[in-house]
Amino acid sequence: MNITANKENNGTHLELVLSGRLDTVTAPQLEEALNKDLDGVESLTLDFSSLDYISSAGLRVLLSAHKLMSHRQGGMKIKGVNEIVKEVFDVTGFSDILNIE
Amino acid sequence: MKEIVVPAVIENLPKVVSFIEDELEALDCPVKAQMQIDVAVDELFTNIASYAYDPGTGDAIIRFDFDETDRIVTISFMDSGMPFDPLAKPDPNVKVPLKERQAGGLGIFLVKKTMDRVEYRYENGMNNLTIQKQI
Repeated sequence: MNITANKENNGTHLELVLSGRLDTVTAPQLEEALNKDLDGVESLTLDFSSLDYISSAGLRVLLSAHKLMSHRQGGMKIKGVNEIVKEVFDVTGFSDILNIE
Repeated sequence: MKEIVVPAVIENLPKVVSFIEDELEALDCPVKAQMQIDVAVDELFTNIASYAYDPGTGDAIIRFDFDETDRIVTISFMDSGMPFDPLAKPDPNVKVPLKERQAGGLGIFLVKKTMDRVEYRYENGMNNLTIQKQI
């Protein structure tokens, strides 16, 4: 998996573009990117356009990011979700709560 | 029938996933089913690597079978660690607000939802979790 980080608006908006697979092996990479880059960030966008799939390890990272960002102004948004990832969000109930564009 | 035997550690997950992917690609498996099977393999191998031999180590056997008539893929995950039936746990409540969620048990739940059949048995001193999916 590859992660590209783009900060905008004086560092208050962070966009992470993910490609490949968010699974047990790669989920710690996202966790690390979030730990490193979320200081002073008020809104977070995760771009999943090039993400192939997500496993429960990836869901756990999203859950903690969602909890953290819900205390900040702009929250967390996910865009570009493919059919396979969408189905995972649907059956786990994540699509009811996450802000998916 | 094909199988691989690997030490049950997370670092071997890519090896297990590519073993399964090679088999599925040779069968012209549709992309969606392949991704769902990949996720199931991730969840089940990760469970073995995380818990089966904790705190020791041991092997995992992954066996792949294909029924050509009905195009059904059967994959078995075996270990000789502690007897443990992951299907015995109740499903997580997916209606609970995300803020209150602990996200535990979601992996096996995803496997149940995306595979056609999931079975556990303990025989000859081994855990055997078998999944089936028509492709």
